[in-house]
Amino acid sequence: MTLKDKTAIVGVGSTQYWKRGQSVPETELSMACTAILAALDDAGLTAKELDGFAIYSSSCDPATVGSVLGVDEIRFAATLTSGGGGSAGSLGLAAAAIVSGQAEVVVSLMTLQQAKRRLGGTQVGDAPPASGGGGSPYGAGGIPPGMAFMAHSGLMSPGHSFSLLTQRHMHLYGTKREHLAKIAISQRANAIKRPTSIRKEPLTMDEYFNSRIISDPLCLLDYTMESDGAIAVITVSAERAKDLKQKPVYIMGSANGGMGRWGSAIFSYFQMPDEYFASSGHRPVAKRMYEMAGVGPKDVDVALLYDHFSPMVLMQLEDYGFCPIGEGGRFIDDGNIYYEGGSIPVNTHGGHLSEAYIIGMTHVREAVEQLRGTAVGNQVKDAEIALVTGGPAGLPVSGTLLRR
Amino acid sequence: MNNFTRGVTPVAQKDPYADDVTQPFWDATQKGKLMSTKCTKCATHVLPPQPRCFNCQNDKFEWVELPGTGTIYSFTVVRHPLRPGWDAVVPFAAGIIELDGTQGAGARVQANIINCDVEKIRIGDKVKVAWEKVSDTYTVFRFEPA
Ligand SMILES: [Zn+2]
Repeated sequence: MTLKDKTAIVGVGSTQYWKRGQSVPETELSMACTAILAALDDAGLTAKELDGFAIYSSSCDPATVGSVLGVDEIRFAATLTSGGGGSAGSLGLAAAAIVSGQAEVVVSLMTLQQAKRRLGGTQVGDAPPASGGGGSPYGAGGIPPGMAFMAHSGLMSPGHSFSLLTQRHMHLYGTKREHLAKIAISQRANAIKRPTSIRKEPLTMDEYFNSRIISDPLCLLDYTMESDGAIAVITVSAERAKDLKQKPVYIMGSANGGMGRWGSAIFSYFQMPDEYFASSGHRPVAKRMYEMAGVGPKDVDVALLYDHFSPMVLMQLEDYGFCPIGEGGRFIDDGNIYYEGGSIPVNTHGGHLSEAYIIGMTHVREAVEQLRGTAVGNQVKDAEIALVTGGPAGLPVSGTLLRR
Repeated sequence: MNNFTRGVTPVAQKDPYADDVTQPFWDATQKGKLMSTKCTKCATHVLPPQPRCFNCQNDKFEWVELPGTGTIYSFTVVRHPLRPGWDAVVPFAAGIIELDGTQGAGARVQANIINCDVEKIRIGDKVKVAWEKVSDTYTVFRFEPA
């Protein structure tokens, strides 16, 4: 038994997107409620019927949200572990809850307000981070003994970590900054056509190369922006989906996880084996996802690839089989990712780099809108199958294939 | 205020906050020795120490001394300061070092790479350990061109 085609996304809801910190006086709770109610309304459902939360990165507290919204009964509440790597996988978690008969109307969501804290800043303060210990958040406390092995290295942010993967990719395969630039420029061109986008100024190759280097080889324009907002999607059984307001978007296949020794790789000691150090970590997830769906990369019409850092788009193109390993740079050079004339349009919404950063959920929203035929600005003609991914980060990372 | 040196990452921590497992590593650093744990069954090196050998799941390790040399596996040059005062530190090089005497992955360390031209270092460059005594209990490792 698999999850293939047994469930469908029937509702999408969202708040507006703000620059980091500008959503005040909204709160993460108020934005979550707004997005969930909008998603239910989009589907033709009510809060009374909501009975499941399949989330990632502990994006909200279902107990609180359920009581505030007056949900009748919560029958399923679970989160994928780790962070943004679970965004696409939360759809698979929702499907699993429904197919196993545990819940019927399941929400997946992210709500994010970075007024007081910053995701990328967790390792930046003077106090050593609590991560890297591999234990539970209720652990012994204090400074973990492993910290002394890395505290003085100067590597302290996600950007530094992804710089290390990128440098090695460049070393092995000849990947160039021009390739990363083309990702940023392509996504900006897509974002410009959309009113939801936060970055709307045209971006040229010159501007890219004049942008400040944060840590080699990544410049400011290779980094995600930071935003506030919330997005929710509602998943139900394929059977139930037939009677609802929207054209169903079926979950063909979904997988999360990754190689065991990838582990929390990039946020601790970089001990991944040589074979997949310079990768997105998605290879085994892609394989299982395609197997479940019974299709391959050639069948995908539009790819919404998690893009907290531009090189991870390039490495996912390889790991999801759009081109051979090491060929990502040349594949981009040949124009394959562009909305206009590309063989596989990538991040037609502008992505984290140019539209907004709601930790992967803007990608889910765009995948659904592409398959409904309602995408704003960059509708891929007759799109039937969309890929949406979460991560790359510490495990699990995830990928989901959706079809109309 | 601290006196920062360009290229050399300041050390905020004054003690390794070691436990029984990691204390031998820091004791050895005081004598200028770079040590690693080695699985007593399959000889896989695991550094920093972990509860189990990832290769054979054994929980018994011995401490062995390494030559203190290695190879830059990957690196970055940090040019934007993320902490107050670090504008006097950037640009600095930091990277992943594969240590001679180990199998590589599983016993890599991440470290500041000093005494080098940050514009010229490359993946594959040979490096050797450079110690800095921070306190009576804590001596940190950096690497420099071999
Ligand atoms: Zn062993």
